[in-house]
Amino acid sequence: MTNLLTRRSLLRTGAAAATLPLVAGRAFAQEPLRVAFVYVGPVGDFGYTYAHDQGRQEAEAHFGDKIKTTYVENVAEGPDSERVIRNLAEDGNQLIFTCSFGFMNPTIKVAKRFPDVKFEHCSGYQRAENVATYNARFYEGRAVCGTLAAKMSKSGIAGYIASFPIPEVVSGINGFTLAARRVNPDFQTKVVWVSSWYDPAKEADAAKALFDQGADVIAQHTDSPAALQAAEQRALWAFGQAWDMSSFAPKAHLTAIQNDWGVYYIQRIQAMLEGKWESTDSWWGFKEGVLKMSPFNPAIPAEAVEAAKATEAGIVDGSAPVFAGPIVNQAGEEKVAAGAVLDDGAILSMDWYVAGVQS
Amino acid sequence: MEAMWISVAMTVIAASTPLLLAALGELVVEKSGVLNLGVEGMMLIGAVTGFAVTSATGAPLLGIVAAMLAAVAGSMIFGFLTLTLASNQVATGLALTIFGVGISSMIGEGFVGQTIPVFGPVFPERLAGDPVLRLVFGHSPLVYVSLVMTALVAWFLTRSRPGLVLRAVGENDASAHSIGYSVLGVRYAAVAFGGAMAGLAGCFYSMVQTPMWADELTAGRGWIALALVVFSAWRPWRLLLGAYLFGAVMTFELQAKAAGINLVAPEFLAALPYLATILVLAIISSRRSVGAAAPACLGRPFKPAT
Repeated sequence: MTNLLTRRSLLRTGAAAATLPLVAGRAFAQEPLRVAFVYVGPVGDFGYTYAHDQGRQEAEAHFGDKIKTTYVENVAEGPDSERVIRNLAEDGNQLIFTCSFGFMNPTIKVAKRFPDVKFEHCSGYQRAENVATYNARFYEGRAVCGTLAAKMSKSGIAGYIASFPIPEVVSGINGFTLAARRVNPDFQTKVVWVSSWYDPAKEADAAKALFDQGADVIAQHTDSPAALQAAEQRALWAFGQAWDMSSFAPKAHLTAIQNDWGVYYIQRIQAMLEGKWESTDSWWGFKEGVLKMSPFNPAIPAEAVEAAKATEAGIVDGSAPVFAGPIVNQAGEEKVAAGAVLDDGAILSMDWYVAGVQS
Repeated sequence: MEAMWISVAMTVIAASTPLLLAALGELVVEKSGVLNLGVEGMMLIGAVTGFAVTSATGAPLLGIVAAMLAAVAGSMIFGFLTLTLASNQVATGLALTIFGVGISSMIGEGFVGQTIPVFGPVFPERLAGDPVLRLVFGHSPLVYVSLVMTALVAWFLTRSRPGLVLRAVGENDASAHSIGYSVLGVRYAAVAFGGAMAGLAGCFYSMVQTPMWADELTAGRGWIALALVVFSAWRPWRLLLGAYLFGAVMTFELQAKAAGINLVAPEFLAALPYLATILVLAIISSRRSVGAAAPACLGRPFKPAT
């Protein structure tokens, strides 16, 4: 039971839905729970939005007739999104997931006007009585990539194509480098800032520049597969971003960090169905199942795969957290003592680099 | 070290070529007195068409021809509105860019996530794969096309009779009309040429640089091409220089970061090509002799008083 909506058809569908109860005449107790999703990109982006929509489909398969989901794709952040979210609330949706950082203020605004509707905002920091927040611990996946990078690299140098120095990106670079240096203590991560989330030509040029400077494996925190293609052309290694991108570079693609939001969506919808929904702040990782690695490249030696799996296992059982001390910053000062572990607040506001990062 | 410099030079050439292609087309358009701000849109139409046709047929040459035709079709919408209906060129050009972004995204929807072989070197591997000789032989055919086109456009504008007519139309449309030249005919031809070249530039992104399709693949390069035309003071050889200068600035920014040279903030380096454009515009407009390089009728609709 899916309604594929565009912004334009939203009103029309809304009108049709208003007449629906007359036709259907279903008993009130069996009315399915109405759940809506607001996406920033197209569901066919094979990345961020695609992952969210896979989660929606998982939830739908799990609950069957008990829920009815709707999504609106390609919603621009800002005022436009407020209209879309309000329409969905007016339309009778009871639980609305807004899946991009820029939907934060519009979500909070609409939530005030619809106190009976529950909202869930992805990656923001503002909550309310009826607004929960959720995000994934991407840095955990970065650490697994770091282990693999150190195992696969001959030069001991990785290139890292980064967008903007915000804590999420910085903690990813640090997690990657720390894990790599646990394999090879001399490992270096060269960071190139492209000042954009998406600029394929520039990402490709950045990858080439990093290869020219001795890097033989590339990680990225930008959204296009351009760097992967550059790696494929030079017969070197790279990681996918947000989803399995191996179709772009079957030989170069080592693995990618994937989101499995379905686990989260199913739990939250279950809570709604049981009437136990509360405004929470969830930051889930490998342990809870919202993060997973896409299939490893068959060319990776078994020993390297084992090391990567061990990194993941250490994170899951808590025996080897990503930000466990001793951690030294670029200047050689100790930031985390041996035996100590960085807390969530420090990770969420990270603005310094660990030793081995050349930024 | 030597290998690195050759590698850097290869990257500079790849970054410069699409700028040169698109800007050469726009230079001819502007020389005829028309300002088409739709370069970015036409590039996107070309990029998606080139990718789609190559992906469907497996023939890159067919893809390139289709891309040029599609971009020409886009430019003809602009031509009809601004030339036949004499609408505002700035507004129509911007509309063409917005149209190009939208329609390329629509056409390309089914092609996201696919890939095609790189439309790369045509010379034998012995030359194209050589660590040094690849500087000459290791490029996509489009690179050579861009250089040949620079020479052709320069010759056409300064040495050929039709080129003189085109310039006359751009400098004084009323006079050209009064001595019997078809102002609108010349401008239609120029706009079509601009479309074809923008389509070719778009192909360079979707078939050579990053052989894939994704929304807004050209990421604003069309605007840099537009700035380059002014930068060059409407001269083809200076345009070549400007395109390579911009390509070099864009590449060195990334090379400097990869080498760990942190003299200035990366945001500043990323803004450098645009700052250079503003600077050059300021210098050009302050020196009257160079300022006069702009075609006198640029952007003015022509309505023949029949």
